[in-house]
Amino acid sequence: MNEYTIHQAKMLPLDRANIDTDQIIPKQFLKSIKKSGFGPNLFDSWRYLDTGYPGQDNSTRPLNDDFVMNKKRFLGSEVLIARDNFGCGSSREHAVWALQDSGIKSVIAPSFADIFFNNCFKNGLLAIEVSNEVIEILFKLSESDNIVNIDLENQALLDINEKLISNFEIEPFRKKCVLEGLDDIGISLQYSQEIKKFEERLKQNSPWIFR
Amino acid sequence: MAKTLYDKLWDAHLVAQREDGTSLLYIDRQLIHEVTSPQAFEGLKLNGRKLWRRSASKATPDHNVPTLDREKGLSGIEDKVAKLQVTTLDENCKEFEIEQFDILDKRQGIVHVVGPEQGITLPGMTVVCGDSHTSTHGALGALAMGIGTSEVEHVLATQCLVATKQKNMRINLNGALPEGVFAKDLTLTIIGKIGTAGGTGYAIEYSGDCISDLSMEGRMTVCNMAIEAGSRAGMIAFDETTMTYVKGRPYSPKDSEWDMAINQWKNLHSDPEANFDKEIQIDVSNLKPQVTWGTSPEMVIDIDSAIPPPRNESEKLALDYMGLHEGMKIEDIKLDQIFIGSCTNSRIEDLRVASSIVKGNKVSRNIKRAIVVPGSGLVDQQAKKEGLDQIFTEAGFEWRSPGCSMCLGMNPDQISEGQHCASTSNRNFEGRQGYKGRTHLVSPATAAASALSGNFVDPRGTSI
Repeated sequence: MNEYTIHQAKMLPLDRANIDTDQIIPKQFLKSIKKSGFGPNLFDSWRYLDTGYPGQDNSTRPLNDDFVMNKKRFLGSEVLIARDNFGCGSSREHAVWALQDSGIKSVIAPSFADIFFNNCFKNGLLAIEVSNEVIEILFKLSESDNIVNIDLENQALLDINEKLISNFEIEPFRKKCVLEGLDDIGISLQYSQEIKKFEERLKQNSPWIFR
Repeated sequence: MAKTLYDKLWDAHLVAQREDGTSLLYIDRQLIHEVTSPQAFEGLKLNGRKLWRRSASKATPDHNVPTLDREKGLSGIEDKVAKLQVTTLDENCKEFEIEQFDILDKRQGIVHVVGPEQGITLPGMTVVCGDSHTSTHGALGALAMGIGTSEVEHVLATQCLVATKQKNMRINLNGALPEGVFAKDLTLTIIGKIGTAGGTGYAIEYSGDCISDLSMEGRMTVCNMAIEAGSRAGMIAFDETTMTYVKGRPYSPKDSEWDMAINQWKNLHSDPEANFDKEIQIDVSNLKPQVTWGTSPEMVIDIDSAIPPPRNESEKLALDYMGLHEGMKIEDIKLDQIFIGSCTNSRIEDLRVASSIVKGNKVSRNIKRAIVVPGSGLVDQQAKKEGLDQIFTEAGFEWRSPGCSMCLGMNPDQISEGQHCASTSNRNFEGRQGYKGRTHLVSPATAAASALSGNFVDPRGTSI
């Protein structure tokens, strides 16, 4: 895979700042020892009218019709748009797994919390930081045709007619992670000799660390 | 060149610069708990990878463990899914030969209480854990960061973290804290001032004479909530207080190694000429006890004030969720539950302060439940030795066994729909302590004083 384009994607507009990972995936679902199956419980307490618990049949639960995810025109959205400080709070990577399990391929916001931002790229979820002006344009678009195109190679957001909305910045390494799905541990293990050498010196200088 | 404390810790652990521009930072210590580690161990196994260094990791279950009937051990966990997570941690620790303080070990407790208490986390170290409140350990003069599960796996396999250096921020806290005002009020004040994203992209160093005067427990409370200001790492320079705290702990260096360590640790402070990308000054001498009124730790005000008009959509939604309105006095909020515990405020000093207010009094009849959850088995033991458990139970509090408990309610300790809880924990997010529950973050003193009257009470008026 050397080209990553999210073509004609629907947006899921979540018009809120400081959306924390407790909202993205509530604590009761963190008891799983797997990485999959979190999708039906994404935004659980906003999405359903009852209290969710692990292992239940989510298809029969009462839906909160006021929540964007449950509105017909937003079904099947692949790009989540939100306001500042998205993903703050708990370090739970389950938040990223839940978004991906629900078909979300990219999250666009003016700013992200550090740990969440890192977790996204470890899993190939494309987190894009844009200015407040650009996010405003996207929220406006979500009220009309609700289509965005993301061209990662060229770092561009385009509208339904492939007209440029804005370019975006992304660190080259993070871009590569999403484009090529890098084996991060494999790359680091290429530095095994350096790590060993560092460790030998540390053992001499600070032996208590090895207790 | 003059360096900040963060620069020094970073430079001392820099192993290599990867070709992609990221850095490999050596990790001295990884703490492991049951919730964010199973997928990391599974990843190792699936890829046939080995654990890099066994001694680097120490584990204890904390998030899921019940705080009642602890003597039953694993069979006391009624929730099957939670139990599987705890037994999975047992199995992984056994398979990879990682030292664990298991559910029945008297040293078991919240990772962020156990680490410093055992001397497992020490000054000058790099510390990580799959938990955002790992910033707590920065109080020791360490670089401590919360990480995600993929990073947990990466550290298990390579003993390194792939990192990009953060910017430097210093928060100078000067003056003396007034009586009845504590480290928790201080850290909430900072978050209220800079906002929950104010520290994003920065490593925060807390300094100033107020910090120098704080106990280690107080410093841990301050650093614990660095993440609530958006910063992955909060830290405080090494000094006499740190040295006294660390000395003699089970995993601390001894004899000649102690001298070696002190020689290194005494350098763990920012150089006088060091440059910070951002500096903030706060005079603490007029601080008041703090109470959060909303669903983000930045929505916080003085206990003797009234709820301000909402400034944006988020604040409007928060007021609606909390069932509160503009102009309402904090002291008029009726409380249903009291929680004294969590990695923020469950250390012996916290329990001493709270018990001194509770002593000889009774919990208000309006309070449906008031619980004290010590941070570790050793805190529990010490508190019992001092008779603190009796003071609390005689007043009507329940005394529980150690764990994260009602801070996030992964175990059965939760608040019910619509209930207001005065909580010494760190997050007042929607549903955090229970579905549709309403959390108010406060200091242990405020929680204790408020338990007695059933609504918020300024602890400055009570005898401490």
